[in-house]
Parts: sequence; C-alpha cells; structure tokens
Amino acid sequence: MDMKAAKKLGLKERYSLMTRDLAWDTTYQKMEDVFPQTTYEGIKIHDWDKWEDPFRLTMDAYWKYQSEKERKLYAILDGFNQNNGHLSVTDARYINVLKLFLGSTPPLELMAARGFSMMGRQMNGAGPRVACQMQAVDEYRHFQTQIHSISNYNKYYNGMDEFAHQQSRMWYLSDGKSFFDDAITAGPFEFMVAIGFAFEYVLTNILFVPFISGAAYNGDMAAMTVGFSAQSDEARHMTLGLECIKFMLEQDPDNLPIVQRWIDKWTWRGTRKLASVGMMMDYMLPKRIMSFKEAWEMYVEENGGALFKDLARYGITIPKCFGQTIEEKEHVTHQSWIGFYMKPDATPFHTWIPSPDEMDWLSEKYPNTFDKYYRPVLEYLDAQEKAGNRYNNKTQPMNCQVCVSTMKFNEPGDPMEMCFRESVYKGEKFHTCSDHCKEIFDNEPEKYIQTFISSHQALQGNCEPDGVDVNASDYKPGSQMLDYWKLDKRATGDFNGSDDQKNFAAWREQATKN
Amino acid sequence: MTMLKTLAPYEFKSSDALENYKGKQLLYVNWERHRMFSRPFVLALPPETPFAVILEQMAECFSYHPDWSQIDWNTVVWQNGNTPFTPDRNKSLKENGIGHKDLIRFRTPGLDGIAGTGY
Repeated sequence: MDMKAAKKLGLKERYSLMTRDLAWDTTYQKMEDVFPQTTYEGIKIHDWDKWEDPFRLTMDAYWKYQSEKERKLYAILDGFNQNNGHLSVTDARYINVLKLFLGSTPPLELMAARGFSMMGRQMNGAGPRVACQMQAVDEYRHFQTQIHSISNYNKYYNGMDEFAHQQSRMWYLSDGKSFFDDAITAGPFEFMVAIGFAFEYVLTNILFVPFISGAAYNGDMAAMTVGFSAQSDEARHMTLGLECIKFMLEQDPDNLPIVQRWIDKWTWRGTRKLASVGMMMDYMLPKRIMSFKEAWEMYVEENGGALFKDLARYGITIPKCFGQTIEEKEHVTHQSWIGFYMKPDATPFHTWIPSPDEMDWLSEKYPNTFDKYYRPVLEYLDAQEKAGNRYNNKTQPMNCQVCVSTMKFNEPGDPMEMCFRESVYKGEKFHTCSDHCKEIFDNEPEKYIQTFISSHQALQGNCEPDGVDVNASDYKPGSQMLDYWKLDKRATGDFNGSDDQKNFAAWREQATKN
Repeated sequence: MTMLKTLAPYEFKSSDALENYKGKQLLYVNWERHRMFSRPFVLALPPETPFAVILEQMAECFSYHPDWSQIDWNTVVWQNGNTPFTPDRNKSLKENGIGHKDLIRFRTPGLDGIAGTGY
C-alpha cells in the first residue's frame, strides 16, 4: 500500500512556523508597555518583520547540531583526561594561561548568557528574540564546557578553584567585569552592539582562533577542542550582532549617529580587554603560533577593516580608536606582562621573565619596539631576580575609571610617557587611561562614577575577609586582601621554584620512566 | 552633557566620593619616564598629612629603581595633574593645594629609566 506522506517543509517555512509564528501582538496591554526597553535608547524600529535571521535556525535543528558537537567534545575531553593529557603540554608555564583564561573568560560567558536571556525577553520582534535565546544557550554552554575542560588541570595544579569567588573581587579581573556590567546595564540595542558585535568580532576572533591554536600547538587538546567547538557558535553570534546593526541602520536614518557612537565605544572597550589575551599569546604560550601584532593585523585591521567597508554604505565610519590601536599593537602586550610580573603576590598564576630565545622571538616579531623599549627592562629584571632581588611592587595601583585597567599605557606618539586624562563631574576628579576612555566617561558620567576599583575599595576597608574590624585603631586597609580574594598562596610568586614547576617535572619523569 | 538614556531617573553616588574615606583623601603618585612601576600608586591619607610623608612613601616604592639614588632633588619638576607646582615638604597636602584624587607627577631631568627606555 502506498503511503501518502505530506511534502517536507522547506527551511523557510519551518523557520516561519517555528519562530515568527510563535509570536503574537498583545491585546489587553499595550505593546510598548510590554517591551519598554526597545524605545528608550532612541533607536527607531518601524517594521520588526524586516529582520532577516542570517541562519534561519530553528530550535529543533539547533538541538541536533549542538548535541552532536557536545558528544564529540566530551569524548575528546574524556580521552585527554584518561591519558593524563595535562602532562603532554609543552611546559608547566603553559598551565598559567589556563588559570588566567579560567578567571577571565567563563564568568564573562555566563554574563553573556544572562544578557542574551534578557534580550530574548526585551526584543519585540520574534526573529531576534528567538536568535537571542539560542545565543543565550550557546553562551551558557561555553561557560560550562570551558570549566569542564580545565577541571582536569584543577586536580593537579594550584590556583584554579576560586575563580568564581575572585571574578567580582580581584583587581585584574575588574576590566572584564566592568565590560559586561557596562553592557548588561545598557539598553538592549547597545547590548547587541557591545556583545553581539564588538565582543564577538573584536574579541572572540582573536581569543578563539590564534589563541586557541596556541593551545593546540602547546599540546592542550582539551582547551583546543573547547575553543574550536565554541568558535563555530561564535561565527553565528557575530552574524547576529552584525545583522542587528544592519537592521537598525536600515530601519531609520536617525539610528546612524547612535549606532556609530556605540561602535566607537565598544571597539575601544574590546581593544582594552584584549591586551591580556595578547599577553598570553606573546609571553605565556611556551610554543608560540603568531604574535599579537600579527593577529591584530589579520583579524582586526584586515577582517575588521573589510567589515567597516561593508558598513560604509550605511554611513558608518571606521571607529575613532582604529589609529591608536594600530600604534598600540606594538606595545600593549609588553606593558601588560611587565605589569603582571611586578605583582607576583597578587595573582593566582605565576609570571616569569622570558628566556633569551623567547626574547629573540619577540625582537623578530616586534622589530620597531621590543629591543628599544622592553628587552633592556626585562633583562634588568631578570638579572635582579637571579641576584635574589625579585621585583615585587606592594603598592595599590591607580586604575582607569572606564576600562578599569591599571594606568599603564603610553601617551600616543611617545612610548616613554604615561598617558593620563582627567574629567571633573559634580566637583569630583575622574582619571582615564586614554582619549577614548575619557570620551566614554564624559558621555555618560552617571554610569562610570559607580565603577568598582579594587584598590579604592581596599582603601575604604571594603576588601577584608569576614571578622576583620575595619574600625580598630591598628587596622591597615587592604592588609588582608589576599584572604579576601581567597588567593591560594602556592599559586602566587614567580614560576621558577613553584609547586607547579616541580610537580610537572616529577610527574613527567614518572610517566616516562619505570 | 550626558547621553545616558534610561527608563527612570538615574541618580547614584560616586563609589569614590570623599566621604567614603572617613576623613582621608585619595592621592596618586607617578614618577614620569619610570614605567617599570607600571602604574602610579594610590594612597588614602588625611589632608593634614605633611608632604614629607609622601616622599617617604615614594622612596618605599621607587627605590627599587637604580635611578632613584641618582635623583638631584633640586632639579625635580613637579606637577599636580597637568599644572606645575612646587611642593613644600613641611606643609600638609591641604596647604600644598592637593585635593581628593589629585595626581602628583614628578620628572627627574636626565634620568630616563633603564637604558633610556622610559622604564
């Protein structure tokens, strides 16, 4: 007997039924009361149906693709763990990359999941709403898989177990926290530009492609698999962010100056956040794949430049900060590493001076700057360390009010001078690290006067473990900050002589001898 | 002028308002062209603190640098933010005109860091 099956639905029909068709207009409440956030930023949307979902992905297809990826990922993680994969990395110094990554990235993925869940509620078109929900699930997945992939290392090495506690407290994690706090407390369209566009384009390209390739080069199959698995999601996220920008620009010419300001702001904020990723590439990977400068040229100047050419037809111009980022790509990683090296007591990962051959690699990659500005300093610090006088700056730092980086960047055009900018709001001074951070502050001072600056909070007596009497006469502010951070002291200090260095060598010996 | 757009009135206090420091004020200090220290340091001190105390704090932090011992203090050039000034070491911060969150910058002519790198 012949079966008469109905014709399968085409992709477009399925998408329509499973996204747009699930939406409805309200009847006993006004739409603007249900979706108040889509208007207050000043963005004008006339027709939500003009939203084109670049992937036309429906939930049923999404679950199928993602579960397939997940099974492969966990099979590789299991294999890696069972084979003591942690001993197959190039050098125990590499593991410090994972410590820095663990503190700074998964908590931000969780914030992205929260943000996109909120956007899924606030966008009043069904197309972007469903896309935001799927991105929220992706972000949650990244948060979980990154932690799972690193958990194997946590069994053997110090300093990985308190990353969630440290995220909202520690000085060097404040820049990422501030980035996401800023984005998630903005309106929905600014969030889309901040995270959907700037974060996914500027940041994840460099984080998940060259940096994760670095993990592969250094024998870390676990991080490599997570990174590559995440990057296929990131491609979707970038397209969603870009689609949102195009949608705003196509809907009304009044949206252009608002979107341009956001692009300028968030490209710069993303650039500042990337300084530490660059430092991981140039200084922390024992086997290097490419310099941060080369990555910047490929992923930001070439790819990003092409993207801005594409947006030029809407009137968008290249972000104001582009020129400064091109100048800074020569400097930021060196300045950042020296910055971390000087605080051996205050991070849950180790630092070190690069070996002579690593310095030669840096000279080759940075012919304009490394030998002139940074090599002599690193060699001096190395000689001091060998003489038993390792650098350890115990003072509290000054930070930028906007990006919350320590004030360590140079004046544009003069690498020997420190860059300072100052604003006054309601009679109080606020300091920023650059013209771009100053401009961000001056546009919305009400927001940034609330910035959490770890050193300032310490001096107010707000960074002490429970039980410390901050009103006692002998109380010294910030004196017990390490306990407040729950910093594992075994994970601090120079890499040379650390537990991680000794254990790795001993375990590798056991794994290769009888 | 602000661009901040919100659904409701938006009034929050500064996290670093002077009253949060219980009679003290914040002060930043930077040694120009000596970026080995990576960033200026910050102190919380009562406005009555003599400037000499700042000099002691500077020595504690900056004396790691080989240039420190070579400073000719008669030639040091001082700035409060971008404004030139001459501190009186025996007078207080307040008497020296140093307010909450001021940035004291000092230059040491002829000393440009390790091998002239500005570090």
